[in-house]
Amino acid sequence: MSVSGTVLVILVLGIAGFFLSQALAQAIEAREIKMHSRPHYYGWWAFLLAVVPSLLFLFFWNLGTNIYLEQHIAARVPYTAADDITHNRSLVLGMVRDLARSLPLLGENLSGHQADSYAALRNMLGQKGVALAVQGENYIVPLAVEWAVRLKKIHSAGTVATLVFAVIGFVIGIIGTRPQKRARARVERVIIWGLAVASTIAILTTVGIVLSMFFQTVTFFRSVPLSGFFFSTVWDPRFSVVASENSVGQFGFIPLLAGTLYIAFVAMLFAVPVGLFAAIYMAEYATQRMRGIIKPLFEILAGIPTIVYGFFALVTVGPFLHELSAAISGGQGFIMTQSVLTAGLVMGIMLIPFVSSLSDDIITAVPRSLRDGSFGLGATQSETIKRVVLPAALPGIVAALLLTASRAIGETMIVVLAAGVAARLTINPFEAMTTITVKIVNQLTGDLEFDSPQTLVAFALGMTLFVLTLLMNIFALYIVRKYREQYE
Amino acid sequence: MNRNCVPHAKSVRHDIGLRRRYRAERRFRAYGALAICTGLFFLIALLWSVFSQGYTALWQTSITLPVRFEAAVIDPEGERDKKPQVLVTANYPLLVRNALAEKLGVSSEDRAALREVNRMVSPGVRVQLRKMMLDNPQLVDTTQTVTVLATADLDSVFKGQVDLAVPQTSRKISDRQVEWMHRLAADGSLYKAFNTGLFTFADSSRPETSGLGVALIGSLYMMLIVLVLSLPIGVAAAIYLEEYARKNRLTDLIEVNINNLAAVPSIVFGLLGLAVFINFFGLPRSASVVGGLVLTLMTLPTIIIATRSALRAVPPSIRAAALGLGASKTQMIFQHVLPLAVPGVLTGTIIGLAQALGETAPLLLIGMVAFVANYPVTPMDPATVLPVQIYMWANEAERAFVERTSGAIIVLLVFLAVMNVAAILLRRRFERRW
Repeated sequence: MSVSGTVLVILVLGIAGFFLSQALAQAIEAREIKMHSRPHYYGWWAFLLAVVPSLLFLFFWNLGTNIYLEQHIAARVPYTAADDITHNRSLVLGMVRDLARSLPLLGENLSGHQADSYAALRNMLGQKGVALAVQGENYIVPLAVEWAVRLKKIHSAGTVATLVFAVIGFVIGIIGTRPQKRARARVERVIIWGLAVASTIAILTTVGIVLSMFFQTVTFFRSVPLSGFFFSTVWDPRFSVVASENSVGQFGFIPLLAGTLYIAFVAMLFAVPVGLFAAIYMAEYATQRMRGIIKPLFEILAGIPTIVYGFFALVTVGPFLHELSAAISGGQGFIMTQSVLTAGLVMGIMLIPFVSSLSDDIITAVPRSLRDGSFGLGATQSETIKRVVLPAALPGIVAALLLTASRAIGETMIVVLAAGVAARLTINPFEAMTTITVKIVNQLTGDLEFDSPQTLVAFALGMTLFVLTLLMNIFALYIVRKYREQYE
Repeated sequence: MNRNCVPHAKSVRHDIGLRRRYRAERRFRAYGALAICTGLFFLIALLWSVFSQGYTALWQTSITLPVRFEAAVIDPEGERDKKPQVLVTANYPLLVRNALAEKLGVSSEDRAALREVNRMVSPGVRVQLRKMMLDNPQLVDTTQTVTVLATADLDSVFKGQVDLAVPQTSRKISDRQVEWMHRLAADGSLYKAFNTGLFTFADSSRPETSGLGVALIGSLYMMLIVLVLSLPIGVAAAIYLEEYARKNRLTDLIEVNINNLAAVPSIVFGLLGLAVFINFFGLPRSASVVGGLVLTLMTLPTIIIATRSALRAVPPSIRAAALGLGASKTQMIFQHVLPLAVPGVLTGTIIGLAQALGETAPLLLIGMVAFVANYPVTPMDPATVLPVQIYMWANEAERAFVERTSGAIIVLLVFLAVMNVAAILLRRRFERRW
């Protein structure tokens, strides 16, 4: 029975348990016996008993099966064949797994394929619409057959056990429908546990992010020294040519970091004054009606996907700046169509609503009494803003700017389309530079063999980016929290 | 206070620089107005740039022709009854070329002219006529009126996007073709029709036959996955954190995590998806299910934060009343507080979905940049999504793809606008002041 079939059976059993148990409880109630809980709670309790333990078991059984089989087969991949390089071994394992998973399509008799060649099996499966890797050694076949046979056995055992769990839960649920049973309390406890588990997803995600990048990063630094990444100024990853082991390429991180920070700086240079002044105007000067018009318009700007900004930079802003510079110099344009300025400018536009809405919230949170005090002393409105409101809002604004900067550093689509791919160090904003995010995208799109330094470097870059933005975010959140407590 | 109020008194006060200070005041105010105008200017520039280049993509130049399905061309050997393969490999573009040449009065001897005739019609007619033929093999040796697409180059000329003053050697469409075009347009067989292909075709290397069909389905699958996963999980997490959790280290950690996840660069989620869902769990690359899972993780913080503030906004009196009538805490939350918070939750969900719909960067990393020519049937099949399709078209060099890209952006923006307006209406309609 397939996994989805098993789940379906369990669910049907659970629903049956619900109605049966509820009906039982109603029958007891009809005899004027006082029940601890309302009838549907007994139903729910039976449902949970039948469904939850069995589904949990099924999940962990399947997870364990995969891990066990992988270990088991990995030990049997011939040593010479695996060539003692880890990534070849995982490649072979992947092929074995693909073949093993598709073998059942060829009929029930799995071990009958023991003697077939890989190419023959590939052909047969190809006719069933399964695409397998082209190159495959014949020793893969017996391994795959063993995998498939074991998988089938373990799988049937697991299905039987799961169904037994479900039936036991079902029976206990039905038997437990008694007046003194505290069904509601139990159901509610399960609900609370479910809610608590859901709330840990956030932690799991963070852990997932860190772990997934950490292991790949460690693998990367096995082939490239730390200093070659963090202190080298040459980025030249050289997509590896087959059978040229020594051409690892250079992975200097400095030009990428410089490009990232430069473009983010240009963007901030543009977005901060505009966003801040817009926020001040909206919070302090604008009438209620004007606010009601301008705020949604800025929200539109904030809601436009970054790919649209990237396209705008690519086909409108870039060529415009190029022609503008050509008109100024009278000949060749000195601003490249893909340049730090283009990317920075468009990213700045994207950040304007971000800066303005964050600052707006902070400025409006400054208490009225401070302003009244300042007016009372005869200050004009702008003096009040400059000398009283802004200093009071300063920590919050700094936090907002940090958050904005972290977004600028992590922004991808605008720079992919507008900043260029050449990793070089320059201080000329009219030339192209590249960023960390651009290189992550470059290294990971297209056909890739997964375990070469050329692709692993993307994870090292991602890790750096994550740590960088994490520090900025945490610092910003810290300031925001601390600041908020002052006036409440 | 004001000088004008005391005109008779001799000014004994020192000049406190009021004039200067008022000037500074006006200047400051002007800066603010200028900043707002700058923001609005860029909003308008952006939208105008997209719409002015993109609205023409909603029309496509088509040619309606009587095409004769000549047996001599389709099946020169006369063996289609035995070998159905013949109907698949037949030279269908030749039929259309001949029909068009006949209409334009081009002699079948003039090879150069015939080539130019051929270059006016999209090579996509091969697929179109083949489908007609396979659906109904009786069509052989009949004449059918067929509407075919013009090539992207002719389309651009017909829409007036090409400067015809340029010498004809340096443009794709010759003067002769332009003249033919005008003749066809004059008798009504060449015209602009609504571009249904933009919404139904799969991706293609030719602008005129490429469309958003696969991307729309992929986006739909992803949105469904995001909705089905992130709404219950997000609401459950929010309820726990807002209503049940005691303030301790763990809940503090969760809260910091949620706030931080909302600010993690989206591309990092792509790396997570690649390493965990594709490499560890072995899910297929380019599949909408992986994209849906990644976007779910990204949408969760938005939904959690929105739900929490919606729960917080429900007044204590409701809770007290429910508890007072003997409801348990769980009953109070699920039967009284949560229903009142639904509008806020839905608004947050729609906004989260809108963000997810426009997200591109993480999807590039999990292989959504694949060239997908077939409609995905299940979420496990290779697919692409709207923003990634826009990215792929933006990288194409041809002029006609710029138009298509802008058209696709308009489609995306319309979807986003609809979702956001729905969120605003929902908020207006159900917002309650307690």
